[in-house]
Amino acid sequence: MLLMNIFKNDRPGVWLLAILLVVSIVVPVLNLLVAESSIFHLSTYTVTLLGKYLTYALLALAADLVWGYLGILTLGHAAFFALGGYAMGMYLMRQIGERGVYGDPVLPDFMVFLNWQELPWFWFGFDQFWFAALMVMVVPGILAYVFGYLTFRSRVTGVYLSIITQAMTYALMLAFFRNEMGFGGNNGLTDFKDILGFDLRADSTRIALFLASAAALAIGYVLSRIIVSSRLGLASVAIRDAESRSRFCGYRVENIKLWVFVFSAIMAGVAGALYVPQVGIINPGEFSPLNSIELLIWVAIGGRGTLYGAIIGAMLVNYSKTYFTAALPEMWLYALGALFILVTLYLPKGIVGLRNMWREKA
Amino acid sequence: MKAMQILREFSRRDRVFDFLIKAMPPELDVSHNIILYLEGLNKSFDGFKAINNLNLYIETGELRCIIGPNGAGKSTMMDIITGKTRPDTGQAWFGQRLNLLEMDEPEIAEAGIGRKFQKPTVFENLTVSQNLELAMSQDKRVWPLLVARLNTEQRELIDEVLTIIGLNALAADPAGKLSHGQKQWLEIGMLLMQKPALLLVDEPVAGMTHQEMERTAELLTSLAGKHTVIVVEHDMDFVRSIARKVTVLHQGSVLAEGSMAEVQSDPRVIEVYLGE
Repeated sequence: MLLMNIFKNDRPGVWLLAILLVVSIVVPVLNLLVAESSIFHLSTYTVTLLGKYLTYALLALAADLVWGYLGILTLGHAAFFALGGYAMGMYLMRQIGERGVYGDPVLPDFMVFLNWQELPWFWFGFDQFWFAALMVMVVPGILAYVFGYLTFRSRVTGVYLSIITQAMTYALMLAFFRNEMGFGGNNGLTDFKDILGFDLRADSTRIALFLASAAALAIGYVLSRIIVSSRLGLASVAIRDAESRSRFCGYRVENIKLWVFVFSAIMAGVAGALYVPQVGIINPGEFSPLNSIELLIWVAIGGRGTLYGAIIGAMLVNYSKTYFTAALPEMWLYALGALFILVTLYLPKGIVGLRNMWREKA
Repeated sequence: MKAMQILREFSRRDRVFDFLIKAMPPELDVSHNIILYLEGLNKSFDGFKAINNLNLYIETGELRCIIGPNGAGKSTMMDIITGKTRPDTGQAWFGQRLNLLEMDEPEIAEAGIGRKFQKPTVFENLTVSQNLELAMSQDKRVWPLLVARLNTEQRELIDEVLTIIGLNALAADPAGKLSHGQKQWLEIGMLLMQKPALLLVDEPVAGMTHQEMERTAELLTSLAGKHTVIVVEHDMDFVRSIARKVTVLHQGSVLAEGSMAEVQSDPRVIEVYLGE
């Protein structure tokens, strides 16, 4: 009932969910049931690639929620993505067990290599999937809470806030690069074998991960849409456009920012957790501020403040990235830069803004 | 022996420990018919005395105009009342019981002081009725906001306010499309949604056409009585058309107070303000 009302005003969202549904039926069929020799066969490589795009789309959705609706230009959202990824990576590491190069039943390879005798305390519990799944959400959530509590309360806004978010992700990157941190240092976590007992290299596992990513994106979209179409969403837009005015209206700006930010960080964490088993590695490079900035480009190109725009942008940019880096590797960064400039100049509302421009003309 | 005494002291049944008494937020109390007390206020910015021993009392239901040349401290006074600025010394009470200096901005807004800013700042990307919906006095914590839906009573209140400010036909339009005068009325409407006891209205007619000005005068006079209204304004014609009681501020303190006729004939006022 509530959802019906919300989606009555969100036609693109309905389309998006419908497409996701169709894709999650068609992709497994084309991959598993169609013979490999047929031209309609979808390779597992493509399935994994699509799954990766879906997790990127979820991350872009999370970023759009805080940038598009709260006006927080976050330059560190990839940090939450990476933390979620690390939590999942730690579970996958512990699933390796004795199959590692050094064959230690408990310690991951890099710890044996560093001559560690026992598992650090923060690795406890990660042999359990439920615990890891919980941490995927709790760790980014807590970081976002502490970070948001401190910055929003002291009314840090605009460019200063952006710089602090960037400093946060950079600091995390430096910390995770250190071997003593206990997260595999430079090399990160890799060489995963299986998840929940299923072989990560099997086609069916890949398909399952792809479906999980599609489901997570759909759920994330619906939840975000519920938030932005509630009165909380109205208040967020009000805060974005006139922060001190909304304070005079009696809104606790810092609390609203804080909880939406935390929710967004949790979404980013889930995206990271689904990303890691599909690409098979997580390393400190994921914390790089560059990733967070690129993420904003996806959102800007798709169209910020629309939710579906972020998803379209993430898909499109990443697809072209895959295409360009294969076809014209040296051209990719130029293409990305040109795309960004063209979109900001001619499509300030992104690709989805075209729809409204079209409609106004008609 | 001593332990015994301590035990007895703690088990006395005629006493309630402080921490057991639930803190009750004090309510607005206007039993003395005065809604706002400003006493001995001082505030300086880098040595410039914006407010200088200011004393001002506003009666319940009054429509008070405050005039004064630029830099007389009008805006600073409003900032102090709404909690945006803290005075260096002095007292500010809302009714008998609410100490404004101990409250922050949202608390003051919640207690019933609404402020309309000089420059209309409505939420331009939201529709007129969404603006009113947000301004409504309601539970503004995060979770209640997430699950809040408009009920019949609230819808009626929004319609009522839309009628008062005359923007019924534009309810579904984004506020950014409104004309300057319409934005001012929307702002006043947003204040009314909070059912405030005290309305602070900062330069309501700046930049308005004559017709809009007349509409605004009607609007403000119709609000007095039910609400207490403080209007800060530069436009003397407008003040003359609505004022019952005028306060003249000069260099951060009250220079004169009375009806428009009394104030206009005051030689000191003529010297600093009207005589130019």
